[in-house]
Amino acid sequence: MSSTSGPNEPHGHEHGHDHDHHHDHDHMHPYDPNHQHPNRPDQDDSLTYYKVMESAVRELLIEKGLITAEQVHRQIEAMDERTPANGARIVARAWVDPAFKQRLLDSPKQAIAEIGHDIGPMHLIVLENTPEVHNVVVCTLCSCYPRWILGIPPDWYKSRAYRSRVVREPRTVLREFGTEISAAREVRVHDSTADMRYMVLPMRPAGTDGLSEEALVSLVGRDAMVGVVEAGTGGEGSLAAE
Amino acid sequence: MARFSVGEKVRVRAAFPPTPPTHVRTPYYIRGCVGTVERVCGAFGNPEELAFGRRYGSKPILYRIRFHQTDVWDGYQGGAEDRIEIEIYEFWLEPVEQERAA
Repeated sequence: MSSTSGPNEPHGHEHGHDHDHHHDHDHMHPYDPNHQHPNRPDQDDSLTYYKVMESAVRELLIEKGLITAEQVHRQIEAMDERTPANGARIVARAWVDPAFKQRLLDSPKQAIAEIGHDIGPMHLIVLENTPEVHNVVVCTLCSCYPRWILGIPPDWYKSRAYRSRVVREPRTVLREFGTEISAAREVRVHDSTADMRYMVLPMRPAGTDGLSEEALVSLVGRDAMVGVVEAGTGGEGSLAAE
Repeated sequence: MARFSVGEKVRVRAAFPPTPPTHVRTPYYIRGCVGTVERVCGAFGNPEELAFGRRYGSKPILYRIRFHQTDVWDGYQGGAEDRIEIEIYEFWLEPVEQERAA
């Protein structure tokens, strides 16, 4: 479930028709007040401590005229619109335009603004993969992630297993993602513990010389920009997945 | 003014403040390790103060420190050139004596 929709947001409620009982009642049975359909736990109605606090603070801010309900909705929409496609466009541009790539590495915020993205207050560092170095990003303390350009982090990125293992045995973890880094190539882990955020600039896959920038965008998946796979070898939207 | 410069060897303080209530951004596994300054990121709010709502203190310099993985983990199984880079605030760093920096 999207973690950006507020607790009071209308959201698709999927009924749990995952049991074998037919609701069209093509078999007749006598009325039985004790007959129970199996209940699936309802996940929509639990008001946790933080959901209550969020609602209370939001309603107070609106009631006091500091923000409007529309602004809250617009911000949620803006957050939902941030997806790895933003990062993919940045990577594809860097692949076709060496001058842009250099600006992206030197001053990411300004370079990304050129292609129409405002990354807000984020301090971004772009890590270039080369034949000598493969970069991979983690936040061992929590789940810091460049949301402005990659959207919401995947669950595995936030898992204790990934966070604790990728610093200790990165090559083993990468192998589990299907990524084999040759022994001669450095694996460089970046622990995102404070104010910087990181995006990996993957290497352009071999055999893509004839592709347009637009076609290249589809080779760049989220996982390649975190550094657990290489572009075009896995992850969302990669050639291999097609 | 940054106390350390790019390329300088530094040691992460081997300090273990009581927790809770302390909020520390220096990962446990890197304390006591020696690395080199990869870059100076600038001055940022001190999370150890911000965590308690104290927003007006001085802003420490934040660095990115690069470590050899073999200096961080006993029995590291990857390549000898594998590295890890971590953001560390200046007050968590101490200079390394020249003879040890060789």
